[in-house]
Amino acid sequence: MKLNLKLKEYWHKLGSPRWFYQITTSWVTFFGICALLLLATGLVWALAFAPADYQQGNSFRIMYVHVPAAMVAQSLYIGMGVAGFVGLVWRMKLTDVAIGACLPLGMVLTALALFTGGVWGKPTWGSWWEWDGRTVSTLVLLFLYIGIYALREAIPDRDLRARASALVSLVGTVNIPIIKYSVEWWNTLHQSASFSLTEKPAMPAEMWLPLLVMVLGFYCFAGHQVLSRMRLEVLSREATSRWVLQLLQGKSAEAGLGQSSLIDHGRD
Amino acid sequence: MYFDSFDAFLRMGEHGLYVWMAYGATLLVLLSAFFITRSMSRSVEENIRWTILSRQSEQAAGTAQTQRQGNES
Repeated sequence: MKLNLKLKEYWHKLGSPRWFYQITTSWVTFFGICALLLLATGLVWALAFAPADYQQGNSFRIMYVHVPAAMVAQSLYIGMGVAGFVGLVWRMKLTDVAIGACLPLGMVLTALALFTGGVWGKPTWGSWWEWDGRTVSTLVLLFLYIGIYALREAIPDRDLRARASALVSLVGTVNIPIIKYSVEWWNTLHQSASFSLTEKPAMPAEMWLPLLVMVLGFYCFAGHQVLSRMRLEVLSREATSRWVLQLLQGKSAEAGLGQSSLIDHGRD
Repeated sequence: MYFDSFDAFLRMGEHGLYVWMAYGATLLVLLSAFFITRSMSRSVEENIRWTILSRQSEQAAGTAQTQRQGNES
């Protein structure tokens, strides 16, 4: 019973923009630093130290950016779908902020996954583009992202925009399992997963360790980006509320700027 | 280091063009995402500061005016 109450309290807090802003302040820095360290290590490792593939040669190094981009692009879409579901059921304000924050990064990462896939396909399959199960379902993912982006730009009313993009995000998640199982359902050129949670990787450790570092780095980068975008959206939506005022005053006082000119006499 | 020389590192077997294109695009995406988000959050903060300041100066002007009117009457 007590736990139930605690959970309920937590759930309500989760919907509060102010609480969200305060708690994520340190998270953003943490994710940012982790992303920088992991990506710097991963890039050098992947480019210069990992051994070349015995069949594909050095073009196989593209995997170290292609796989993380595709993984994070799909995860961000799942995040949008979950946020859409929560937003439709519980009418939480913050979920629409989350959808808006995942959207731009997810879109460019999907495009990046398609681009690096094409660049990898040219020396490996002999063509930039193949109408293959996985490439096509990833292209559908890109169109979903673009569609939701266009939808959000087209609807000026905030509530309607939130509901419409929540619904499309939720419905679009059916595409995610299609992407995942496309390499098994259709007999395709695309190689099957190089990485899975349940099985031991087929690659030697000196090949998959840099991939792990890159995947973690991409996830930390996405965490940093999504949280930063959510925070700036929360700030601009709550621009007139008292806590934002106090927060910005505190910040300029820290920076030693004209704090006296920012004190709101009218409100106290 | 996997490569024997810096030249070999740049050439990447025969795949230099493809590898560097993919990594270049990745860096471009990551860096531009980072800088765009950063400049957006800065401009949001600036805008709010600006609104607060202008609201205050309006208020100050308002009180000054009512004071003046009070003195005249």
